[in-house]
Amino acid sequence: MPQLVAKGVTKRFGGLVAVRDLDLEIEPSSIVSVIGPNGAGKTTLFNCIAGWYKIDDGKIEFEGQAIDKLRRDQISRLGIARTYQNIRLFAGMSAIENVLVGQHHFLKTGWVGAVLRTPAVRVEEEKAHEEALRLLQFVGIRGHGRSQASELPYGDQRRLEIARALSTQPRLLLLDEPTAGMNPAETRKMTEFIRRLRDELGITILLIEHEMRVVMDISERITVLDYGEKIAEGTPREIQTNPRVIEAYLGRGAAQAGTTVSDATNEAAASEA
Amino acid sequence: MDDTRIRFGDVPWGAVIRVGLIGAAVAIFLCLVGIVPVFHTRPLIKDVISLGQTSVVLALLATGLVTARTADMRGTLSVLPGAVAGAIAGAGLTALVILGEVINVRAVFLNASPLLYGILTFGSGIAGSWIAIVIGAVLGAAGSVGARLPTSSRRPLTTFVLTLLMGGLFAGILRTAMLSTPLAGLGRLLFAPLGLTIVGAIVAVIAFVGASELFHYTRVRDRVNGMAPAQQRLVTWPLLAIAAFAVLMLPHALGPFVAQVIALVALYVLMGLGLNITLGLAGLLDLGFVAFFAVGAYTVALLTGTSEFGIADWPFWAAIPFAVLFAMVFGAILGLPILGIRGDYLAIATLGFGEIIRILAGSDLLSPWLGGPHGILNVPKPIAVQPTHFLAGPNQIYYIAIACAVLIAFVAWRLRGSRIGRAWLSIREDEDVAEALGVNLVQTKILAYVLGAGFAGLGGGIFASLVGSIFSSSIQLFVSINVVAIVVVGGMGSIPGAVLGALFLIGVPELFREFSEYRFLFYGAALILMMLYRPEGLMPTRFAAREVHLESQELGADTVVAAPTEST
Repeated sequence: MPQLVAKGVTKRFGGLVAVRDLDLEIEPSSIVSVIGPNGAGKTTLFNCIAGWYKIDDGKIEFEGQAIDKLRRDQISRLGIARTYQNIRLFAGMSAIENVLVGQHHFLKTGWVGAVLRTPAVRVEEEKAHEEALRLLQFVGIRGHGRSQASELPYGDQRRLEIARALSTQPRLLLLDEPTAGMNPAETRKMTEFIRRLRDELGITILLIEHEMRVVMDISERITVLDYGEKIAEGTPREIQTNPRVIEAYLGRGAAQAGTTVSDATNEAAASEA
Repeated sequence: MDDTRIRFGDVPWGAVIRVGLIGAAVAIFLCLVGIVPVFHTRPLIKDVISLGQTSVVLALLATGLVTARTADMRGTLSVLPGAVAGAIAGAGLTALVILGEVINVRAVFLNASPLLYGILTFGSGIAGSWIAIVIGAVLGAAGSVGARLPTSSRRPLTTFVLTLLMGGLFAGILRTAMLSTPLAGLGRLLFAPLGLTIVGAIVAVIAFVGASELFHYTRVRDRVNGMAPAQQRLVTWPLLAIAAFAVLMLPHALGPFVAQVIALVALYVLMGLGLNITLGLAGLLDLGFVAFFAVGAYTVALLTGTSEFGIADWPFWAAIPFAVLFAMVFGAILGLPILGIRGDYLAIATLGFGEIIRILAGSDLLSPWLGGPHGILNVPKPIAVQPTHFLAGPNQIYYIAIACAVLIAFVAWRLRGSRIGRAWLSIREDEDVAEALGVNLVQTKILAYVLGAGFAGLGGGIFASLVGSIFSSSIQLFVSINVVAIVVVGGMGSIPGAVLGALFLIGVPELFREFSEYRFLFYGAALILMMLYRPEGLMPTRFAAREVHLESQELGADTVVAAPTEST
């Protein structure tokens, strides 16, 4: 049974339809990518799943439970966590505090208990700190716990954002362009790391990514959006040769010439550079 | 500094003249609004310089300083722009004197009196009007040299100026404090009834500049920070004990007038710490703080009531918990509908609530119960004592307010380190992301709002007892603004910052009642300067300072003069 099911999801902004009648099914512990040209509605889709936007039509279910009417904190508690396209850490807090915020709803300390710092509270705080350190270790930035989040190097900030998302103990993790702005070596490390998240923790990964090498490398299934509609779905191999996808990326001529998606995006990257 | 000679034409004369003219405008403004003549009655150093003259001196020094920063010149001619700008500013004063002698401007500007001209020309009349130009040039040059100096020599100079200012302002109070002790002779030697004596000025400068330089060069701070925690405690605990002792002795040492002032300061410290939770930690800009202050004040007044409005004849101590409780209930009732509103809009909504409560309290509708504009009188003191008792007068309120402030600081500190404090900070930083991480926004915000309201109620209850009455006119918007300003000036979320903010914004103006006409002028100027040069507050929390300055550097590095941020 799929873990996440979206049926007929539609999100409008005024006259603009950002996501139109979208169906999506994600199996537990799989790695799924959402790709598409700029403005295709990928991040809108994430925002709909994570409760940032209320959808206008359709329904979204997570592990059999409807989530499209829930608040963000309720969705988080059900086991969906996310990261952001532009890193959104709590800049004025330390790295470890960022991770501790994610444990908020696992902790029970009330304000009276916090003021009195009862033995139970102390034990709970210690456990929370240990867990936070473990997560920092897992993402590879242990030792930076006391640094201010905004002063970490860029790559570490991305890792910290993932550690913070993991601290909510998600079973589905939405990663919005996790390798954006990284050099090839960093990108390779991040790709390995995403695979580890799934292999070691069993977390389902839903990924928005522009770097086609990453997408083709780690995805088990790929969903392609264009103008808010799903135009293709399948394994990386199927997507690479799908004429509609190539057309969306490069136009009709390229589709007839028999290029693949990887070639197309790599060319685009080369011309940008 | 490199030795390349700059040519005369390289100086950006346009900018220099502009700064000079602004300096002239500021100096003339200081004269015409009356700051110079009024403050001339109060010496900074007896028989040497008055506060009024000091204000002009500071304006001219600042002209030179700003010139040096604007026209960034190096080499031997580098003092020239400062001197020219200072001379232009001085020339403004000269022009004022000459104009005043030729035509009578007094009909328009009340303060343009012979007294003012006497101050500006050192009593020599129009013949001495050129003196201002010379002094302007000298001070402008000095200011521009000061701006150019390396930190190691600028620091003692800054300490020098601050020591003289503080010493001169507080001399009278210190003298009064010392006269009743065995140190009376020393007090008479160092301090005149108003201002420092010459000996006092020299001693104060040597002591403070020496101490600050010693503190810096022996690297005391680094050494203490480098110690093991157990050793650090050996240093910090005795210091804390001394500070606590000083705080307890303060009202006795400084006499009844100052005791009254510091009781008020302590009350505002308490409220500042309360709002620090709402605004400093959770980032909720609450401009209706006075509403909960009013609830607390009226609760205490009614419950302890010895007047016609009293509904129960309770002692203060029984009434205070109810003041806090009712304020919290009010906080919850008012907070629930509006906490979904963000940022500026929340400020407007809470502002409205503050006004509603103020108008209600003074209305005919509630006057049978609250006394309307005539208020409730005869609110008893917490502890009834003989007038000679050491708790008599405002002292007991001072001690109660200090004790409550310590309690609130403790609560804030414990909460800050807990799950709840982290949730508040995360909401302050980015409430959308905080919610996506599982933080329930409504619950978390309400808790911050209700706690802040409770502490405001506590402050109001103590206020009613301090003043002995409560009127609808005591519930001014200005109370809310004062408390917000304390938190912002002190540093958002910082506990020592709230103390410093209250001392600075409440204590200093109260001590200089004779200049109360200028209170808001200084208040406004101080806030503007704070926001320009030290937006993170006087005593920012560990990360806030760096954050604010990083942000402003990104916005435009040249618009912000870096403030010292080593005191994190």
